[in-house]
Amino acid sequence: MSLFLIVALPFLGALLPGLMNSAGRQACAGVTFMVTLTALIGLLTNLPTVLAGDLITAQFNWIPLLGLNVTLMLDGLGFFFACLILGIGLLIITYARFYLAREDNMGEFFTYLLLFQGAMVGIVLSDNILLLLVFWELTSLSSFLLIGYWKHLPEGRQGARMALAVTGMGGLAMIAGMLILGQIVGSYDLSVILENRALIQASPLYVPALLLILLGCFTKSAQFPFHFWLPHAMAAPTPVSAYLHSATMVKAGIFLMARMWPVLSGTPEWFVIVTGAGLITMVLGAVIALFKHDLKALLAFSTVSHLGLITMLLGTGTAFGAMAAVFHILNHATFKAALFMSAGIIDHETHTRDIRRLGGLRHLMPVTFGIASLAALSMAGIPLLNGFLSKEMMLEEAYHTTLWGMPYLVPALATVGALFSAGYSFRLIGHVFLGPKRDDYPAAPHDPGAGLWLPPALLVVLVVIIGVAPFLAEPFVKLVTASVLGTAADVPHAHFKIWHGLTPALYMSIIAVAGGLTLLAVFKPSLRFWDLLPRPEAKRIFDAVINASVALSRQIIHRLHDGAFSRYAAIMAVTVMAVGYHAWVTGTVGPATRAPQPANPVQIAGWLMLVTATLGLVFLHRNRLLSLILIGIVGLVVSVSFVFFSAPDLAMTQLTVEVVTIILLLLALNFLPNRTPIESSVLRRTRDGAIAAAGGIATMAMSYHYLLRDSIAPSISEFHLANAYQGGGGKNVVNVILVDFRGFDTYGEIIVLGIAALLIFALTETLLAGPVRARLLNRKPDQPRAGIMHPMMMVVLTRVIMPVVLMVGFYVFWRGHNEPGGGFIAGLIVSIAVVMQYMASGFSWTAARISYPYHGVIGTGVLIAGLTGVGSWLFDKPFLTSDFTYVRIPPFEKFELATAALFDLGVFFAVVGAVMLSLESFSRLARRAHVPDADHPMDIDPSRDDTTPKAEL
Amino acid sequence: MELLVASAIGILTSAGLYLVLRLRTFPVIMGVSLLTYAVNIFLFASGRLTVGAPPILSNAANYTDPLPQALVLTAIVISFGMTAVIVMISLGAYLGGDDDHIDDLAATPEADPNTDLNTEGTQ
Repeated sequence: MSLFLIVALPFLGALLPGLMNSAGRQACAGVTFMVTLTALIGLLTNLPTVLAGDLITAQFNWIPLLGLNVTLMLDGLGFFFACLILGIGLLIITYARFYLAREDNMGEFFTYLLLFQGAMVGIVLSDNILLLLVFWELTSLSSFLLIGYWKHLPEGRQGARMALAVTGMGGLAMIAGMLILGQIVGSYDLSVILENRALIQASPLYVPALLLILLGCFTKSAQFPFHFWLPHAMAAPTPVSAYLHSATMVKAGIFLMARMWPVLSGTPEWFVIVTGAGLITMVLGAVIALFKHDLKALLAFSTVSHLGLITMLLGTGTAFGAMAAVFHILNHATFKAALFMSAGIIDHETHTRDIRRLGGLRHLMPVTFGIASLAALSMAGIPLLNGFLSKEMMLEEAYHTTLWGMPYLVPALATVGALFSAGYSFRLIGHVFLGPKRDDYPAAPHDPGAGLWLPPALLVVLVVIIGVAPFLAEPFVKLVTASVLGTAADVPHAHFKIWHGLTPALYMSIIAVAGGLTLLAVFKPSLRFWDLLPRPEAKRIFDAVINASVALSRQIIHRLHDGAFSRYAAIMAVTVMAVGYHAWVTGTVGPATRAPQPANPVQIAGWLMLVTATLGLVFLHRNRLLSLILIGIVGLVVSVSFVFFSAPDLAMTQLTVEVVTIILLLLALNFLPNRTPIESSVLRRTRDGAIAAAGGIATMAMSYHYLLRDSIAPSISEFHLANAYQGGGGKNVVNVILVDFRGFDTYGEIIVLGIAALLIFALTETLLAGPVRARLLNRKPDQPRAGIMHPMMMVVLTRVIMPVVLMVGFYVFWRGHNEPGGGFIAGLIVSIAVVMQYMASGFSWTAARISYPYHGVIGTGVLIAGLTGVGSWLFDKPFLTSDFTYVRIPPFEKFELATAALFDLGVFFAVVGAVMLSLESFSRLARRAHVPDADHPMDIDPSRDDTTPKAEL
Repeated sequence: MELLVASAIGILTSAGLYLVLRLRTFPVIMGVSLLTYAVNIFLFASGRLTVGAPPILSNAANYTDPLPQALVLTAIVISFGMTAVIVMISLGAYLGGDDDHIDDLAATPEADPNTDLNTEGTQ
């Protein structure tokens, strides 16, 4: 099966459990099982090629410019991990089906599980390190969901958050490390990176890259000092713990260290950091585990310890160490998953995981006893079980390793780790299953159904088989080791045997087991001693760090982001000016190349109008109606100046937009207070005035300098002028640019306009659905109403003029390609025609006569424009390629037909719809607020006579 | 003529900035509109000022720069949409909270004798 499919299957399959949720738990688990099984079978179809030692790759380019491609690779190591992930996944799915309670949402659980599974498979099959990082982050996210699956438990939520914080932080560090690595090699492909050992290790950036990548690996694999998140993640349902913390998530860091082993290992830095961290983790985890009373906590710390063991082996940098690591990954995955599941069974049956409340379970739960004991003995390193073999290899490797010039340090610590490991394994058996039967269990324990014990039993079978006949596993482990080593070293010749003779490792092993038994014997006094020792509480430290950083950011944010919009505006204005000033001071300005053009009195008069209106607006802005009139004047002058400066299209657009904007603001002003009160102090107004004046002077100076100089580089405008007619078939270059050259821009813009209108509509709906509705209904108008709601003159005039305006709109639209006009302007003109009807004849009258909702009009417009663009695909042209032709229908002159006109039609509809939807939304508010206007126009409101003083009539 | 346009841009910017720094929504909207004018004219002026040479192809010898015009045309229409949205938001805030202050300061004392929230009968 294609590698793409193997990686994609879990992700695609993640959709199914949710869909099957209502079909029952059996179906839900079944479909998840089938998805995983299919992926596993697909993986196994590639087994012959992997066994032959060939590399299977699959690739398609995703973002080649960034070096980010979907490149997958399957070698021995990837195959091994993918097998573990999918194989143990199958057992976990079966187990979870029977473990989860009826009130747990199974679809949700299996969706998360499959997402996680897909991300893990992605990590181990990625050939591109950027892709690997994507999957890496996905595992952090999906494991967050899994750990926090029991959302009602605060420990679950906190544990999930802690895991996400720690592994996410490590993930960020790793992104940086991987990017550095990619920079050194010049490629983000693992296959290329793995061949450049010398280049990478010689680079001055090797140490930073190594540190950052190891930070990612150590956080993920819970190595000291980041080990603390793993025990807290035990708040997850047991299937999650068994899956994440035996075979998958925590092994991801190990996997990456193994993957990077050929290029990163072998240096003193690697040796000291990795072996050191591994040793500390191994011993520390084992010691803590011994004294944990929670069954899952004990297993969690033992996982931490065993991960430390594997890390230490990888750190030694020898081929034998790497082989021992690979072997132990396999063995640990089998016995630890079995143990986690057994712990889950005990919890399920006795309703407690506290070892102090358990004991004597061997009579009550014989099957579980058998499974758990075999797995625990394997963990302790008892011969004929697989844990013994890899532990023996570890001790052998430790015996030959010298750290910090002390030949006894590593062997001694390794023995201590193994001793405590044996100790907690024995304690698990002794304190849970052995001893007298008790009569105070929280529930009556008995063996569960086969669904729960069969998955761990299968694993234990594996534990025994490998333990008894290690030569069965040998070829496979060596194959995996070969792909770990790459070209850096040869696979060691050592054979997997139970009996190696009287080697130092055997003596160390004997010491460990004997010591473990002794520890169990003296457990009570040593526990008392342990309880006396001061121990740092990781969670409290973590919470303190989190709280401190939250407090710090809150202080910074609250100071900068205090809700005062005027403050942000002022800061932004001043910053922009400061940056501009810096550019002005440090840059150079060339001499003026254009002569100033003389101004005539008309222009000066227009300027005076603009200045007067603007200054008036500033000084009279407290009278809001007056300021509307003044801004109208500004808009008019701007429109006229567009005409003057050879921009007829702009002038028409500005003028029509001005009309609808003023209508809109009037509608809004209907509800807002009429006056703006004086609130700010004189000092503040002076300060604002100074900022404003500085900003004005800056823009003026910049514009003036700009206007008197030609551009340094030739403008692309010449192209548009030269090609508008030949290429676009239009003489109005502005319109051709809009609908043809930059049609894609315009397409985006009409969509934005449509979204803005829909936003306004949605806001209106929300307002009218909430308490504002009642307020509006009870609101008394703050001004006396006009006596005649719909003046007859206006009604008649607007209705008569309507066809004329529509005709003008049509004309402006049609001539747009060659003369000033086009879809935007025509759309605005037609909107004004409709708005006039609303104003004159009333909302109800007009609304009753509009057959199409304005949303539909917007949609039609966007659709027409989009389909016009898509149409060019039919002719194998890129999106929005235009074409035109000239036709002649006999009574008329020859005229042009262009696909651009169709696009412009889309623009037209979108503009009409957007403008009308906005204005209609505003007037709906108004309609709600006042006396509902009658359906027939030209009515008189008699109530006015009662309320208004006679003087005003 | 260049000076007139440049100073017009400056004055519009200045007035716009001052109004944007006010404390109520309506003047801020006015200020944003003025800034829109200023920005549009500035963008338009980046094609330099040409009198009597519209970019409508004919037999004329030279045309003004059409590109800034096309950009400004859509900017004008979009600015309408933007204005409409912020007006709607401020209106919603006022109707919902009976307050048209632009600053959302929890610490600021809200009670202000000058507010004209209940404007019935001010005429």
